Amino acid sequence: MARIIVITSGKGGVGKTTTSAALAMGLAQKGHRTAVIDFDVGLRNLDLIMGCERRVVYDFVNVINEEANLNQALIRDKRCDNLFVLPASQTRDKDALTKEGVGKVLDDLSQTFEFIVCDSPAGIEHGANMAMYYADDAVVVTNPEVSSVRDSDRMLGILASKSRRAETNAEPIREYLLLTRYSPERVAGGEMLSVEDVQEILSLELLGVIPESKAVLNASNAGVPVILDRDTDAGQAYLDMVARYLGEQVPHRFLEVQKKGFFSRLFGG
Amino acid sequence: MAVNPEPSAESPARVFELKAAAFNLPVIRLLGVDMDAVSDELGVKVEQAPDFFRNTPVVIDLTDLPAEAGEVGFPMLVGLLRGYGMIPVGVRGGSAAQHKAAEAMELAILGDAFVRRSPPAPAKSVPASASGAPKPPTPAPEKKPEPRSPAAGFTLVTRPVRSGQRVYAAGGDLSVVAPVSSGAELMADGNIHVYGALRGRAMAGLKGNLEARIFCQDLQAELVSVAGHYRVSENMPAGLKGQPVQIFLDQDVLRIEKL
Repeated sequence: MARIIVITSGKGGVGKTTTSAALAMGLAQKGHRTAVIDFDVGLRNLDLIMGCERRVVYDFVNVINEEANLNQALIRDKRCDNLFVLPASQTRDKDALTKEGVGKVLDDLSQTFEFIVCDSPAGIEHGANMAMYYADDAVVVTNPEVSSVRDSDRMLGILASKSRRAETNAEPIREYLLLTRYSPERVAGGEMLSVEDVQEILSLELLGVIPESKAVLNASNAGVPVILDRDTDAGQAYLDMVARYLGEQVPHRFLEVQKKGFFSRLFGG
Repeated sequence: MAVNPEPSAESPARVFELKAAAFNLPVIRLLGVDMDAVSDELGVKVEQAPDFFRNTPVVIDLTDLPAEAGEVGFPMLVGLLRGYGMIPVGVRGGSAAQHKAAEAMELAILGDAFVRRSPPAPAKSVPASASGAPKPPTPAPEKKPEPRSPAAGFTLVTRPVRSGQRVYAAGGDLSVVAPVSSGAELMADGNIHVYGALRGRAMAGLKGNLEARIFCQDLQAELVSVAGHYRVSENMPAGLKGQPVQIFLDQDVLRIEKL
């Protein structure tokens, strides 16, 4: 049986798709057969971030409607043989996702995959509910600011009450906090909530802190999951996150203001 | 609500305006004519929410009363309702003979058009008023309104109460052994205890219990209330924020006191 992981947040633009791509790629590179599904029907983006937008033939909704089978719709990643992408449909809307249809696709994927990463759309409506309904684990992506924290909190409430695990009284979804776009300089200046502030409000296990980084935008534009950029701070932070998810003990990095060295001051690093 | 203004009168100093307005009233849908049974059942309902029924206008619905049920004892029914503090204002449905009897008790005969504001109510629909509206006596024993608390009188929550979640402890105390997020709501007919940060709303003594109290370890609440007397965050003393406190009513004044 595969482990189903939902990447969710409530609020938009916090880095769900970036995180989905990075987590899926990270798991696959560690040798786990992984599928990543874009649940954002109508606003599909994951294929761009994964750099497979020119190879999309069939999509998630086609599979649900049995117009195509899974093998036709899954796109194998060119960089990693263990990673497959199931893109969203751009021409439909979220109502095309039915509970039964999504359940069947996840069941079928579970036969051959170890991890299924579900990239949730923003909001708390149907699309987001479908993405989280069957989840075993949830990574709640949050920016260090009050509105994002409140939306994440709301999403956590929904995870605890409307998921399949909640409805069947099974063991609750394992919830993790991922703090993205973190800027230690701005935290030090009092402009941004600190890791401790967010953790106190959400009281969740911290899976990782991804620093605000130019690398993320560059990677998105290039269609390369940022985790493959191993020289960048964001890439390394995502590598740490994947290791932590798999149970390794990795200390948190990028939480302190980096002192600028002589050369970086000279060359404006 | 639909309001049809009357054409304005010529005289500049008017003493009244005639307008039409629609109101949501509780409907007592009569299913039988045994007034003793009605009295018993009504007594239970009123006991649960005495404030809800006090001086509340109610409409008696005869639509579902079987034709063979017999004569409705309007004088007794009206007396019964008044005795419980309600103000019976009219009847809906029923036969011409029943209307005549109702008119004798000075009850208005409400046509369907009066009542049917929102959806044209089919015979089986729920009464138009809010939940908690009185229900007619039914032959089968009624379900308890609050199935959520199996151990009546005490509700325990051990997971964080998140933004958007509501917890209601019917008929008793509520204890939360976790943080309560901003945007979450705690409600209890009795006391509320929060062993963790209270950032959301807490309403104790929901059904008017003036003795109810709120206890919390870390006061950061958006709103606290006891029996309807409330204070929002802005009106809480800054010195008590983040402190362990108890909140209670002292002669109609909501007091927050450090523990």
